[in-house]
Amino acid sequence: MTLAAPRPTAIAVATATPAAHAARGGRRGLFAGVAAGVVVLSAVSLFVGVSELTPAHLVRALAAAATGTGDAETQRSAMLLLVSRVPRTVAVLLAGAGMAVAGMLMQVLVRNRFVEPSTAGTVESAVLGILVVTIVAPGVPLMGKMAVAAVFALAGTALFLRILRAVPLRSVLVVPLIGLMLGGVISAATTFVAYRTDLLQSLGSWTTGDFSGVLRGRYELLWLTLALTVVAYVAADRFTVAGMGRDVATTLGLSYRAVMNLGLVIVSLVSAVVVVTVGMVPFLGLVVPNVVSRLLGDDVRRTAPWVALLGAGLVLVCDLVGRVVRYPYEIPVGVVVGVVGSVLFLHLLLRRDARVA
Amino acid sequence: MIQVSGAVKAYGDVRVVDGVDLALAPGGITSIIGPNGAGKSTLLSCVARLLDLDGGTVTVDGLDVHRTASDVLARRLSMLRQDNHLTARLTVRDLVAFGRYPWSKGRPTPDDDRLVAEALAFLELEPFAGRYLDELSGGQRQRAFVAMVLCQGTDYVLLDEPLNNLDLRHAVAMMRLLRRAADELGRTVVVVLHDVNVAAAYSDHVVAMRDGVVVHQGAPSTLMRTEVLAEIYDLELAVHHLDGRPVAVPAL
Amino acid sequence: MPAPAAGASASTAPADRRPARVLAVLGLVAALCVVGFLTVDARGAWDFVLPFRGVKVVALLLVAYAIAVSTVLFQTVTENRILTPSIMGFDALYVALQTGLVFAVGSARLAAVDPHLRFAVEVLLMVGLAGLLFRWLFTGARRSLHLLLLAGIVIGVLLRSVSSFLQRLIDPNEFAVLQDALFASFNAVDTELLGLAALLVAGASVVAWRERRAYDVLLLGHPTATVLGVDHARTVTRVLVVVAVLVSVSTALVGPVTFFGLLVAHLAYQLVGSHQHRHVLPAAALLAAITLIGGQAVLEHVLGLDTALSVVVELLGGLVLLTLLLREGRR
Repeated sequence: MTLAAPRPTAIAVATATPAAHAARGGRRGLFAGVAAGVVVLSAVSLFVGVSELTPAHLVRALAAAATGTGDAETQRSAMLLLVSRVPRTVAVLLAGAGMAVAGMLMQVLVRNRFVEPSTAGTVESAVLGILVVTIVAPGVPLMGKMAVAAVFALAGTALFLRILRAVPLRSVLVVPLIGLMLGGVISAATTFVAYRTDLLQSLGSWTTGDFSGVLRGRYELLWLTLALTVVAYVAADRFTVAGMGRDVATTLGLSYRAVMNLGLVIVSLVSAVVVVTVGMVPFLGLVVPNVVSRLLGDDVRRTAPWVALLGAGLVLVCDLVGRVVRYPYEIPVGVVVGVVGSVLFLHLLLRRDARVA
Repeated sequence: MIQVSGAVKAYGDVRVVDGVDLALAPGGITSIIGPNGAGKSTLLSCVARLLDLDGGTVTVDGLDVHRTASDVLARRLSMLRQDNHLTARLTVRDLVAFGRYPWSKGRPTPDDDRLVAEALAFLELEPFAGRYLDELSGGQRQRAFVAMVLCQGTDYVLLDEPLNNLDLRHAVAMMRLLRRAADELGRTVVVVLHDVNVAAAYSDHVVAMRDGVVVHQGAPSTLMRTEVLAEIYDLELAVHHLDGRPVAVPAL
Repeated sequence: MPAPAAGASASTAPADRRPARVLAVLGLVAALCVVGFLTVDARGAWDFVLPFRGVKVVALLLVAYAIAVSTVLFQTVTENRILTPSIMGFDALYVALQTGLVFAVGSARLAAVDPHLRFAVEVLLMVGLAGLLFRWLFTGARRSLHLLLLAGIVIGVLLRSVSSFLQRLIDPNEFAVLQDALFASFNAVDTELLGLAALLVAGASVVAWRERRAYDVLLLGHPTATVLGVDHARTVTRVLVVVAVLVSVSTALVGPVTFFGLLVAHLAYQLVGSHQHRHVLPAAALLAAITLIGGQAVLEHVLGLDTALSVVVELLGGLVLLTLLLREGRR
């Protein structure tokens, strides 16, 4: 299989010229700018919601906390902030960054631009896992559910790769198609089981990403995605090399299999955590890495921070839109991302037409 | 009579066919030759109304091919394209029988059945008549498509590089067959060919194209001259006569 | 007519009889399914059971027919056996269109409109929009099958997301009620529109059946069809109109079903062993009827399950598509 775009990889970095230095400096500036934008949006996110909370409330609450005083109103503000708004904003950022990085890892490792956890059966398997554990052992804590979901996600992804290996001549587009079909079959089975066990409603909450239920004590698992993203960043060069294929990786003395396994574990864990805590966010891991790859190439070390940042930013914007557009009601972020993500995906598909076909 | 007047076909800024005037009299084999990208296949497709023209007209027996009802033309003119990939799984007999569609509209009469049988016999396809196309070799499949085109019973038969993917033996057989179609069945055969020697050996009339225009036409003997071939192919070709037949050989 | 003695024509004779035999068997099985559906587990309450189930059988027959015929015709027009109208997002388009209408006109005002008129308007809009979508995807640059397939699936996701987006905008409290329309159910068939639906299906069928021989020619591909005198553009446009009408009918009656058409069309190609639409179309329709009515009878009356049939059918259809993709990748 070939990737349509040539990969400007580590070579470009190794032979950095003064011009490249300047470009990198400019990029750093841009990165800082975008990061600042995300921070501002996060701040905005803290003050959007049904219960009124303004920056003035916040200042008063802080002052009250500092002096150890405060009336009922300030206490309410502080509570609201700590229990609902801050967790929600953090969850949005973590889930967005995690899913985008997971998508990037899959694209590098499978060497296909159009795979991500939701086009490879990973997410659907995770959902099936949660369903199974909910039926078999309803009392298991969230951590346990997450673990089972991760195991299922890993198995589903492995099955996907297994099927891919059975198809010798795979075109760039057949790979995501097979993944989508596999995901479709797994979710049909899941729906059947859920229907028989009256769990359709719960199923809906796992399959549609929604941050409205995020409260303190119910999202902390998402911090795990941060740890996984950091691991991905630390091992970035390995992933880049593995992405050049087994032969190159072996020539460079890398255990292809080990890197592959590490990547798949990261992807599965991230998917499982996100599905368990907030539900599925479609196409995010596809759109963000593709955009970044077009601008910056495929050196994971260089692109990973961008992917994480833009993923977090995109989900944040979609979540804000979902909260504002039908105020005081909310539109789940999964639906908003579904619209935005599929439009972007279509654009990628049809624009790349000439090179893919 | 096929009459092409001022035909122009452009893709974006590139005029693939750039003002072609051509009159092809009924009967015999006319070969269209020329280097890659000369516009041969495009011109043929325009004549067969598979492509619209950006300028000029094409008439067949006085009928403007781009204005005449498609089913009327289908009884006068048929065409075999270069690549004939089918998703439908058809037997050879099914395929050839489709050649009768312009006449039978899917309701074959005994006459149609007879003509199908004749076409199968003409191309020696009877042993494979019940086989599926994807079970045949390349040469057999090509013959099946030619049988279909002949079975259409049109005066004019256009073929776009019918020798593609055929080995020497099958290529010769195919050219002999076209010769017979012209001589025995009285068809007017227009064929795009790559090999100038094949064209010279089997045709009555040769049209040479380059850069979207006709640069030479006439009997094969007028074509097979070093200076004419040099103009067409931009290549030094020595013309030898073997057993009285002209053969062009590139200098080493 | 005297029997052909020997030689070439003898080899085709069995092939000619096979489709007829297959159709006869399928017809018989379908009839048995209908009878079974009407009578099994009726417990003698005929006055109630027969009209009740009769209406349902008619509706299911219509749906089966519409899905099967639209899928086969669509595959002929697009010259492949993997794409179906629903995979290309046609029924998601219909749902989005219904939702869009509610959003634009308002549910209260729309409720006052005669449902038949509303249905007719929806079908009209559907024909127009499906035509646009199709033209956009299939004309211009020749695109690879896989690209179209992927684009179709993503368009489906997009349209479904847009629908649920609009639904939430309309009235988040009634979201659950509205979402019912998005989940295929062969059990809760909307029977109010049955008459008009039957009329539309009949009209579309007349158009399609009269052109069945031209469809056989379309199988040979665009250029060959043109050479054989079939006006490709016009025939394809007519097929698309027919497909859009049929998809509207099936989606209005039971909701969207993604892989059912693929399943029955593929079975029909396998069983009939003929490329001719006069064989394939009835076979696919009968197979669809058998699957829907037989499956529903078994699930509902024998196993006592409710809407699970759509899930089972989707599962099987998804597996068929997966197999087709894998086989094609291997070729």
